[in-house]
Amino acid sequence: MTPENITLISFGYFEKELLGMIVKDVGHEFLLPVKTREGHLDLSEFYNPVRRQYDGFRLLKEVDTKFASAPEKTIGLFDVDLFIPILTYIFGQAYLNGRVGIASLFRLRNERYGLKRDDKILLERFRKEVIHELGHAFGLIHCHDSICVMRSSTYVEDIDQKSQHLCVKCKRSLNLDLSD
Amino acid sequence: MVKKVSILIVDDEESVRDSLFNWFIEDGYRVECAENAKKALSILQSDNFDIVLADIKMPGMDGLEMLKRIKTLRKDSIVIVMTAFATVDTAVQALKDGAFDYVTKPFDPDDLSHLIRNASRQIALVEENEILKDRVVSLENVEDIVGHSVSMQMVFHEIESVANSNASVIITGESGTGKELVARAIHANSPRRFFPMVSVHCGALTESLLESELFGHEKGAFTGAVYNRKGRFEMADSGTIFLDEIATISPKMQVELLRVLETKSFVRVGGNKEISSDFRVICATNRDLKSMVEKGTFREDLFYRLNVVNIHVPPLRERTEDIQLLVDYFISKYCVSMNKPPMTIDASASKRLEEYAYPGNIRELENMIERAIVVGNGKKIGVKDLPLWKETVTPAFESLDDLGKKHIFQILNKYNWNISATAKALKLDRVTLYNKIKKYGLKPPK
Repeated sequence: MTPENITLISFGYFEKELLGMIVKDVGHEFLLPVKTREGHLDLSEFYNPVRRQYDGFRLLKEVDTKFASAPEKTIGLFDVDLFIPILTYIFGQAYLNGRVGIASLFRLRNERYGLKRDDKILLERFRKEVIHELGHAFGLIHCHDSICVMRSSTYVEDIDQKSQHLCVKCKRSLNLDLSD
Repeated sequence: MVKKVSILIVDDEESVRDSLFNWFIEDGYRVECAENAKKALSILQSDNFDIVLADIKMPGMDGLEMLKRIKTLRKDSIVIVMTAFATVDTAVQALKDGAFDYVTKPFDPDDLSHLIRNASRQIALVEENEILKDRVVSLENVEDIVGHSVSMQMVFHEIESVANSNASVIITGESGTGKELVARAIHANSPRRFFPMVSVHCGALTESLLESELFGHEKGAFTGAVYNRKGRFEMADSGTIFLDEIATISPKMQVELLRVLETKSFVRVGGNKEISSDFRVICATNRDLKSMVEKGTFREDLFYRLNVVNIHVPPLRERTEDIQLLVDYFISKYCVSMNKPPMTIDASASKRLEEYAYPGNIRELENMIERAIVVGNGKKIGVKDLPLWKETVTPAFESLDDLGKKHIFQILNKYNWNISATAKALKLDRVTLYNKIKKYGLKPPK
C-alpha cells in the first residue's frame, strides 16, 4: 500500500524553524506531503533509572499503537537519551517496512561531546537521522554506499560524513522517479 | 551475489529479542528469535543459521549447555554468547566450549556491528576455503592423465586403490610417460590432498645439494647458508613427497633416505635437533631398480621400503589406441591456453601420428601438438605442421611383410614399373619380383 503522506510528531519542545526545515527536506527526499503535529506522552514511564535513559523500543511500540495510522508513515521526534536493552544508546530506530520510527536530538548535539554548540550541524544531523529512520519504515536496509543517508551510523561523526540523500540504488528500491 | 547471513537470537527477555531482531533486520540479515534454549535447538534441527547469538543466563537450559549441544549439531556453527553479568570464568568456559566470542550486555552499537561483521567474515572465509579446496582437488585430478586403453585403465585402477593408503609407491615407466602426473593423482585422491605435495628431482642435484634440499640446513652449515632453511621432508609434513629419478641418488643418500623413511625424523644439515615429519613417499624412475639391486648399485632394503606398491606407466607405443584421444586432448588444451579457436587435425596428419613410435612418449606428442598449433594455419593441423620427417618415422607394429610390400611398391613407382630396373635396384631376380608383386597384389597407379 503506497503511503499517502508522512507525519512527524514532536514529543517535547522543538523549534518551529528546525521542524520546518526537516519537513521541507523530508518531503523533497520522499516526494510525499509531510505534516507535523505535537504528541503528548508521559516519558517517565519509559525512563530506566538504572541506565538513566529512555527505552527506545518501548517508545517505538507506543508511537506505533497510539499515534500511527495507515497508510501514512510516522516518525516520533524526541529529545531524550534513547537506548535499547542490548545497546548502550541509539540515535533512533524504526520498524523495517513498518509504519513508524523514532529519532532523538539528544546525542546529536555538539555540546554532548565537549564541543561548541552548532545549530546548523544539529539540523543537518537530525534531518539525516529522520530521513534514515523513514527509509527503514519504507523498507530500506542499511546501505554500503559511503554517502548514502541509509548508511549505518554509530557515532555522530559517521552521520556527518554521509549526505542527507538516498543513493541511486536506494532510490530505485523505493521506486522513486529519479527524473522528478 | 552476496549471501544473506542468517542470525538466530536466543534470549528469554522479549525486549532483548525484539531490539536485536530490529537492529539486525535493518542491516539486511535474515533473523529469527527463540525465547529459550529448547526452542532454539528445535529450530536448529530443521534450519541452518550462520550465527547464533545466545544469552548465557536463561531459565531451564543455560547458554553454555546450549552452546555444547549446538556444537554437536553443527561443529562449525558460530555462537556468540551474551550476558549481563560478566565473569572471567564464564567467558573462559564459553570460549573453551567453542564460542566465537563473548559480549557483555549492553554493548556499544559499534561493538555489535564489528562482532557480527567479524563473524560474517569468518563464515565467508570458511566457505571460500571449502570452495577453493574443492577447486584444488578438481584441478589436481586425474584429468591430465588420458587414456582408454586397457593398460591405462589398469593404471587408473591402481591409482584409485593405492590413493587412500599410506603405502610407499614406486612409479616406473619410460621418460615422458607421465609418472609425475600419476603421483599427483595419487596425492590428489588421498586423505593428504589438502596438504602439500612436494616434488624433488633427485637427478638434477648433486649429493650435497640434494642432502640440503631434502633435510634443510641451519644458518652457517656451509658457505652460503645465510639463513635456516626448511627441507623438503619438513615441507611435506602431513602431505606427500615425490622423489623423481630415485635411481640416481648416491649410496650415501640411499642410507640417509632409508633412515628417514624408517624413523620419519631427520636432522637439518648443520643442525642437531631431531625434526619429525609425517609424509608419504612416492618415487619415480625410468630405470629397472630390481636389476640395480642385483648389480648392487641400489640398496635392497631401500628398494623394499619404497616398493610397497609398483605402478608401471606403459610407453605410448604400447597403447597406440590412446594416441587419437591424447591428440584431441592436447589440441583442446593448447587452443584454450593460447586463446585460439578450436582446431582439428586432418586424416593424414592423424595417421602419421599413429604410425610414429614416440621415443619421448607423451611429452613428445604434447610438444608436437603445441608446435603444430603455433605454426599451423589456426584451423586444421596438417602433416606439414608436424615435425615428423619421413626418415624419422618409425612405423609401429608393422610386419616385415608390410614393410617389404611398401618398399617394393615405392621402388616400382620410382622406376615407372620397369621390372628389370626395379629388380636390379632391389637386388632380386625378375621371377622373385614378379612373385612378390603377385603375392602383395601390387598394381601400377592409374
